[in-house]
Amino acid sequence: MKVIALPLWTDRKVEDLIGNLLRTGVLLSALIVFIGAVVYLARHGTQPADYRVFHGEPTDLRTIPGVLREAFAFQGRGIIQLGLLVLIATPVARVALSIIGFAAERDRMYVGFALMVLVILLYSLFGSS
Amino acid sequence: MTVWEFTFLVWIGSAVAGLLGSLTGLGGGVVLVPLLTLFFKVDIRYAVGASLVSVIATSSGAAAAYVKEGLSNIRIGMFLEIATTLGALFGAFLAARVSTGSIAIILGAVLLYSAYLSARTRVRSKSDEIPDPLATRLRLNGSFPTPEGIRHYFVRRVPAGFGLMFGAGALSGLLGIGSGAVKVLAMDQAMRIPFKVSTTTSNFMIGVTAAASAGIYLSRGYIDPGLSMPVMLGVLAGSLVGTRILVQAETKWLRLVFSIVILLLGAQMIYNGAAGKI
Repeated sequence: MKVIALPLWTDRKVEDLIGNLLRTGVLLSALIVFIGAVVYLARHGTQPADYRVFHGEPTDLRTIPGVLREAFAFQGRGIIQLGLLVLIATPVARVALSIIGFAAERDRMYVGFALMVLVILLYSLFGSS
Repeated sequence: MTVWEFTFLVWIGSAVAGLLGSLTGLGGGVVLVPLLTLFFKVDIRYAVGASLVSVIATSSGAAAAYVKEGLSNIRIGMFLEIATTLGALFGAFLAARVSTGSIAIILGAVLLYSAYLSARTRVRSKSDEIPDPLATRLRLNGSFPTPEGIRHYFVRRVPAGFGLMFGAGALSGLLGIGSGAVKVLAMDQAMRIPFKVSTTTSNFMIGVTAAASAGIYLSRGYIDPGLSMPVMLGVLAGSLVGTRILVQAETKWLRLVFSIVILLLGAQMIYNGAAGKI
C-alpha cells in the first residue's frame, strides 16, 4: 500500500502564519502603547508640549535595555517606547518565521536571502548605536 | 498647547491621514510628515521617526489581510527586501548627514511626483509570457488565483527592479514614508509583475523596509514616544475605519481631492525647506 506523504509546510501555510503573526504583533504593540499613553497623559497631560526644538531622546529611551528599564519602572514614555519596540520587532519576527518556513521547504537559496534581510534588520536594531 | 491638547489634535490629524490613505490607496504616511512639520511645527526628525513607526503599523496590519488572499509572492518580496532594507539603511545614514531643509525639499518633490502619478492614467503593462533565466533561477515566477482560474506570470529585468527597490528603501529611510508607489512601479512596470501581485507584495515589504531604518532612528533618539503614540494610534484607527467603509465610499473624487492636497503640501514643503523654515 502506498503511503502518500503530505507536505508539512506549504507556501500557503507559512503565509497564513505570517498573517496571524503580523496582526498579533500590531495589536499587542498598540495595546502596550495605549497603556503607556494612559500613564503618560495622566502624569504629564497638563504640561506644555513643544516639539519645535530637536534635542534627541534621553539615552534611556534609545536603547533596548533602557526602554525595558523605563517600562518596568512604570514610566509612561518607557511603556510607549516598549510598545513601539514590539512594533518594530514584528516585521523582524516575520522574516525569522519566513526563514523557518523556507528551511522546512528545503529552500536553501531563500533561507540565505531571508537570513541576509534578518541580519540587516538586526544590525539596525542592535548594531547602530 | 498642553500635552493633552497636542496629543488629541495629532491623533485626529493622523486618523484623517490614515483614513484618506486607506480609502484612496495613496498612502497616508506621505502626508504625516508635512502635517506634523507644517501645522504642528514639529522638528522634521521627530516627524520622520513618528511617520516611520506608523508606516510599520499600517503596512503590517494591511499585509496580514493580503497575505491570506494568496496574492503576494513571498519570494519576490523576500529577494527584493534585501535591496529595500539596504536602501533603508542608506537612507537613515543620509538622514543624519543631510540638512533638515533638504529633507523637506526632497519630501516635497516626492509629494509632487505622487500627485502627478495618481493623476495620470496608469498604463497597464502586459505580462510577458517568456521566462527570464535570472528570474527563473531565483524562483521568482509564480501564479495567483483570478476569477478565470490560476494565472501564471514571469518576472523580468531583475537587476533593474533590484536597483529601483534600493531607491525605494532609501526614500523610505530618509523621509519616513512607505515608498509603496515606487515599489509597485518597480514591480509592475520594470519587472512585469501583475498589478495585483505587485500591490500586495509591496504592502508586504513596506513594514520590513520601515523597520530597517526605524531601528537606527530609535538609537539616534529621533523616535519620541509622546509624539509617536498619537500618530501610530491615530493612523491605525483611521485606516481601520477606512477599510470598513471602503466598499461604500466614492473613491474617485476622494483621490482627486487627496492628490490636490498632496500637491499643495508638496509645494509648501519645498518652499519652507528652501526658505529655511524647516
